[in-house]
Amino acid sequence: MQQKQYNTIVVGVAFSPNIQANVFEALRMSEMFNASLVMVHVGEKTSEKEAALTKIIAGFEGNPPPFRVFWRAGSPVEVLLNACTSERADLLILGAIKREGLLKYYLGSVARKITRNAPCDVLLLIKPSVNRVACASGVVNGLAHPKTEEAIDRAFYVLSNLGAQKLTIVEEIPEDSVAIKVDDDRSLRKSTIAKERIKLRENSRVQRLLNDIPEQVKENLELIVQPIFGRRGYSIGHYARVSRADLLVMNAPSKLTLWDRLFPHDLEYILSDLPTDVLIVR
Amino acid sequence: MNKRAIFSGMRSNIFAGFVVSLIAMPLALGLAIASGFPPIAGIIASVVGGVVVAILGGSHVTITGPGNGLVVVLLGAVTVLGEGDMQAGYLYALAAVILSGVLLLLFGFLRFGSLSDFFPATAIQGMLSAIGITILLKQLYVMFGDLETKGSALELFLGVPALITSLFTEGTTGQWYAAGIGVVSLLIMVFYSKIRSRFFHLVPAPMWVVLLALGFDAYFSFVGGGNPISKALLISLPENLLGGVPTPNFSKWTQPAFWGVVVSITLISSIESLLSIKAVDKLDPQKRRSNTNKDMKALGLATIVSGFLGGMNVVTVIARSSVNVNNQANNRSANFFHAAFLFIMVLVFQDQLRRIPLTSLAAILVYTGYKLAAPAVFVRMYQIGKEQLLVFLTTLISTLLTDLITGILIGLFATFIVHVLLNKAFWLFSRNLLKPNVLMYKENETQNYYVGIIHFCTFLNFYKLKTKLDKIPQNERAVVDFSLCSFVDHTVQESLQNYEELFERKGGALEIIGLDIHETDSSHPFAVRTLRPLKKLRVFGGGRTKRQLQLEALAHEKGWIYKEAAATQKRMLRDHPVYQTTSVERVYNLIEGPNKRLSLFDINYSEGAFIAKENIQTTLLRVQLEGEIPVFSFDRELLLEKLSHLAGIHDIDFPDYPEFSRDFYVQGNNPKKIRAFFDAKMVSFFSAYGFYHIMSNGRELIVRQFLRPATPAEAAAMIEFGLALKEKIDG
Repeated sequence: MQQKQYNTIVVGVAFSPNIQANVFEALRMSEMFNASLVMVHVGEKTSEKEAALTKIIAGFEGNPPPFRVFWRAGSPVEVLLNACTSERADLLILGAIKREGLLKYYLGSVARKITRNAPCDVLLLIKPSVNRVACASGVVNGLAHPKTEEAIDRAFYVLSNLGAQKLTIVEEIPEDSVAIKVDDDRSLRKSTIAKERIKLRENSRVQRLLNDIPEQVKENLELIVQPIFGRRGYSIGHYARVSRADLLVMNAPSKLTLWDRLFPHDLEYILSDLPTDVLIVR
Repeated sequence: MNKRAIFSGMRSNIFAGFVVSLIAMPLALGLAIASGFPPIAGIIASVVGGVVVAILGGSHVTITGPGNGLVVVLLGAVTVLGEGDMQAGYLYALAAVILSGVLLLLFGFLRFGSLSDFFPATAIQGMLSAIGITILLKQLYVMFGDLETKGSALELFLGVPALITSLFTEGTTGQWYAAGIGVVSLLIMVFYSKIRSRFFHLVPAPMWVVLLALGFDAYFSFVGGGNPISKALLISLPENLLGGVPTPNFSKWTQPAFWGVVVSITLISSIESLLSIKAVDKLDPQKRRSNTNKDMKALGLATIVSGFLGGMNVVTVIARSSVNVNNQANNRSANFFHAAFLFIMVLVFQDQLRRIPLTSLAAILVYTGYKLAAPAVFVRMYQIGKEQLLVFLTTLISTLLTDLITGILIGLFATFIVHVLLNKAFWLFSRNLLKPNVLMYKENETQNYYVGIIHFCTFLNFYKLKTKLDKIPQNERAVVDFSLCSFVDHTVQESLQNYEELFERKGGALEIIGLDIHETDSSHPFAVRTLRPLKKLRVFGGGRTKRQLQLEALAHEKGWIYKEAAATQKRMLRDHPVYQTTSVERVYNLIEGPNKRLSLFDINYSEGAFIAKENIQTTLLRVQLEGEIPVFSFDRELLLEKLSHLAGIHDIDFPDYPEFSRDFYVQGNNPKKIRAFFDAKMVSFFSAYGFYHIMSNGRELIVRQFLRPATPAEAAAMIEFGLALKEKIDG
């Protein structure tokens, strides 16, 4: 399978307290993936803003990679989505908002709309940093889903480019896949055995997926496969938080309806309370 | 099982059943009378319950029969539905009993076996105490031979002096004798456990009460003149015990009051049964887990049958069950034998039973009521926390003033309000209530079950945690981590304590971590613990958690020092390249070894600041060395990767030990010295403990296992490792 490359990266730039960190992260990403960078600012181009941006970029250590700035007024959602399409972006970088007084991050309504409709991969940063913080470990979902193969593939690509050492593939297995209800010691024994069987089956499925990935990509990363019986989309986020992963890679859901928003599932759990940086693979 | 085992098992069950039946008989009669049912109704419930639940039940050593929790609702049902006519009220109440049986059966099929977990433990306690007070006050009047006085708990309480004076001024000789027997019976109940005589203890206390009454009767028939106590104060049984089944009257099914009764009976009987089953599981010598849903179905069916035969609700009862266990019962047949003996006894001794005064049965119930509302219960609530006492009293008083359902709902609401006030945050609950909050998986490395909880964990969402915990085999090790959880309430902690015991009994272990930094203002281990407000984190004004006590024990075992808070340690990590950029917020639970050269501590540190801030809670081991060694880091997964950013530090190869070189990352800035340090002995030693992350700054070593606090067992292992490491290096 031909690996997808990130050739063009788009980042939304707003003059918030976070601007320096956001811009620096984007510059670093473009360096690491060797991709061209497009900064999109929603708003009129003014000389003050331009000067401010230049001043910020001047603080970047080393030579900043080449980039373009795209100024356009309008609704943020439309401007950013149009820019992604017209620039044929492969990756869109967005910043998350921290919940007041707590170590919790979520997406604002604008970022959420963009995430749902973006034509490319989306990277949600919960804590952009001015200085480089190494990305050490990642978590990717290993669901039985047609898009999973692509997500795992992308996780390898992104993490190895970011210089990470560890990748955990989390297989979320719905609780009801074990048909046995635990009532007493005997049913518990049966359900434990059934779970072990399902684990083996899931592990071999993931192994088959991994066999398709070229050796040279795999050799740099320590690989862990962790089956978890629990709510889909929720458990992986909680796991990423507990295991202090730096990046969580998820597939984009096939489609989102009003129903999904009322009854959160899969991605929605993660978007409403970001456990770490999240990459959504499209 | 061979024949002999079956036979000896059978024998102990028959014996246990017999002993239980001796207690069950007076209790069944007394509970029935107190409930406004004919005395035989209690016997019917016991016999039917014993037979049906023994055959169909899902628990092992429980005893079923009429329960004391139901007395108040059933009496209410008989008075309210009968509108003054006790006989009519009884028939209406029977209909309610039957329908509550149907509901229970339904609960069983719908798998509501964990219903009682939805109520805060303190509110349930408050409700039970209110029931206890009501029983106590009502039966106190009966004990003094007054069958007429009715009224609310408060009226009854205020009437007690008048009751006693009226006995002295207007009492007849018969009443005098009856009250005398009552008082002596109460004294027997109270002092039974305090009298240390083997002969006395051959017969259970309630049976002594019955024997006293029969002896009194026998004395008067021997001396002549007959029993001086009037017929009204003696137990009345139907002439033909096996005939004349009453017909339940369903005609009030359209009235809301009727359904109120049905719901109350169902709720109370299921709570009482579930609490009893939970408690009895802890007593079972064979450590079996009861199937509560199956038991609910059996109890429901038994209640239906009992109701049609004119009996009371069948519930699982704790006192009789524990007597059963104490007499070596080991399976459900004991319940059956208790029913069988009871049946035979009532048939054979019905004439004797008719001579028992109501006052002596009332004495037994006064004592039961007192047990439910004893001052010890209040003291315990106060010890757990002032807010628990508040919830407890609120529930108790509102239950006494209104009814059981309203009472427990007010208790539930009060608990929630207290939680919101304690946290000063309503959104913590409103925002996260419906979200899943529990993660469970089997750690690949240790094969432990890891259970993580976020947001909050209270009676509102405990069932989510419970379902996960129930799926862990109890002979395995489980780690429950609350470090990401802002608030944990008393109900959860009490239930977890229960789980800890169950795991321990089956050879496994359930350990709780991450609670030590939560705030509490009580010294009780079950006190509510909150992480909010973060800024005001005090250094342990309150009580210690179980983990802290275990760590302290660990230190004392070694003759070392244990300190909850250790402020002076804050600076010590600064000398380590890896931890240089971290800011240590707290060092706590410090255990210090010989000459302070070895220490183990929990640490809260954060990396980054403001928006990039990340908090980490873990346990570190610090080993101070006598000599100099090279600066290095040793790691299997390269988790201490940050070192590689520092100048001149590389991953070092060991050509002589290719396997070691391949499996582990050793980093440092002086390859030559490091290779010299890792000789054959060191290589095999370090390989054996490859799951630790080790950092050396030349003078001391910092050892870490997980990015979470270590359980007491893991901490003990770390200390042993530290001692061995020091020995190895210092020689």
